[in-house]
Amino acid sequence: MVLSTQQSDDGRSHVLLGKLDNARTMANILKAIHFKESASVYASENGLKFTVEDAKCVQANAFLQGSLFSEFKMLEETSSFKVNLTVLIDCLTIFGTSATPGVMTTLKLSYDGYGSPLRLMLEEMGVTTDCSIKTQDADESLDFDFCSENVVNKIIMKSECLKEAFAELDMSSDVLEILMSPDKPYFRLSTFGNAGSTHADYSKESDMVEAFECKRTTSNRYKIALLKPSVRALAQSSKVSVRTDDRGFLSLQYLIQVDDGQVCFVEYYCSPDEECDN
Amino acid sequence: MKFRGKLVDIGCIQHFTRVITTISKLAKTCTLRITSHKLYFILTEQVANGGVRIWCELVQGNFFDEYDMEGVNKEEANEIYLELIPENLARSLRNVVQLAKSVKIKLTKKHTPCLTLEIELPSLTGHSRIVLHDVPVSVIPRRLWGDFEEPEMPNFDVSICLPQLKILRNVVDRMKAMSNSVIIAANQNGELALKVHTDMVNVTTHFKDLSNPSWSDEHGDGASQKTTVMGSGKSKFAEAKVDIRRFAQFLAGQQVNPTKVICNIVNEKVIHFFLLHDDLSLQYFIPAVY
Repeated sequence: MVLSTQQSDDGRSHVLLGKLDNARTMANILKAIHFKESASVYASENGLKFTVEDAKCVQANAFLQGSLFSEFKMLEETSSFKVNLTVLIDCLTIFGTSATPGVMTTLKLSYDGYGSPLRLMLEEMGVTTDCSIKTQDADESLDFDFCSENVVNKIIMKSECLKEAFAELDMSSDVLEILMSPDKPYFRLSTFGNAGSTHADYSKESDMVEAFECKRTTSNRYKIALLKPSVRALAQSSKVSVRTDDRGFLSLQYLIQVDDGQVCFVEYYCSPDEECDN
Repeated sequence: MKFRGKLVDIGCIQHFTRVITTISKLAKTCTLRITSHKLYFILTEQVANGGVRIWCELVQGNFFDEYDMEGVNKEEANEIYLELIPENLARSLRNVVQLAKSVKIKLTKKHTPCLTLEIELPSLTGHSRIVLHDVPVSVIPRRLWGDFEEPEMPNFDVSICLPQLKILRNVVDRMKAMSNSVIIAANQNGELALKVHTDMVNVTTHFKDLSNPSWSDEHGDGASQKTTVMGSGKSKFAEAKVDIRRFAQFLAGQQVNPTKVICNIVNEKVIHFFLLHDDLSLQYFIPAVY
């Protein structure tokens, strides 16, 4: 019997079953995209993808690949649902956000298919918590049609140097302008606020820059309110890849190191501010 | 009416400060009852305001080096009842608790009745340094004393020792973000469960292998109750739904590192927490809500 291992305790079989040695890993990655109440979850054999969108202009995706789990099984090819992300993060951190060294919260996560709740079973030092979170139909997610062939400019850099710039963004400015160019000033972040304009320039020779592939000069503006939430992802990441395509769409990919040497990815897509295109 | 006490030992001063701080976290105003043997901090909240009750008693001999009091009437009512804001008292003590050489507490008459704290600080020069704090109080007349009687030990269905407060605090803090009320359920088999039910989510945290205190004969009602519990099975749960903020407040306010915290549940009526320490006891009642 192939399916026998997927039988749950009460005899039913789970559409999705995942076991994780450290529930805080998942909580931390979800926090990176937690700027809206609810998230759509897309599950496949490869793992779980959590998607959060705002204003049809920005989309954040967090990937929890199957190999991150100590056990990961799917009964159906794909499955999707929507959950309240705030509640999910609260449940995952029910035993506290800061881990005591040597103590890990183990997690068993299951979903029985359309209409059923997302079940979490957490255990830490003999104390167990059962959560059952109501699910809704997944939203149809935006397709930004961002493919690597159309990428004009791409910079991969250590997150450190962007952290400061993003933490101190002038929020009185409506937009953040990102300029990428094969010539000076190479990579520039600008804001235009009440107190004046600011520019942060990064040289392509900097130790912080790991890859610099810019074909031509592009300068695009993005709503600062839409980009600001990406600080959460930036704060946890070690590397970031900044890309723009020929339409001016922005892709930010964050590489986040997880406890046991594995890595996870979080990405943000953002559309350019239309008014400024002409 | 007279009250005067002096704390000298640094350990006593710190411990006394911790008790006051704990009380100040639990109640905005409270009643201080002074008798020749004990000090009591009492809160009897109106039902409309939540109906929480606190009864904390400490034996004066364990804290004070010098202690002198004279009640309203020496023969029949050798007691004093004061109403005060515990936070004021806590604030006066908190900043100096590390270095105070002695703390004198006196009932004085300034513009209003006050508890005057005279805190002696160490000095390099040989001149003494003294900080004075006047904490205004109001004296509660004798006809109202009846409002502040010791609450009766409830006829509980289940009595259980709480797990480590730190773990409990984390869990309750998360649950507080999800809901306004929590169901506390326990049985005589050492199991405790905290449950939250909302439109979005159901969460239950289970604790097991806890101990159930056995109540000796001095609590006659408790012991007789226990036999009825035994009759209906050890694994039967008693539960009560309470205001989660009040529960969280109780857990967060604990500064006294109690040796044991006992939780007594009267099914669907009240939760009674009993905090045991070497030289003080604190009782906290949270009524069930529905």
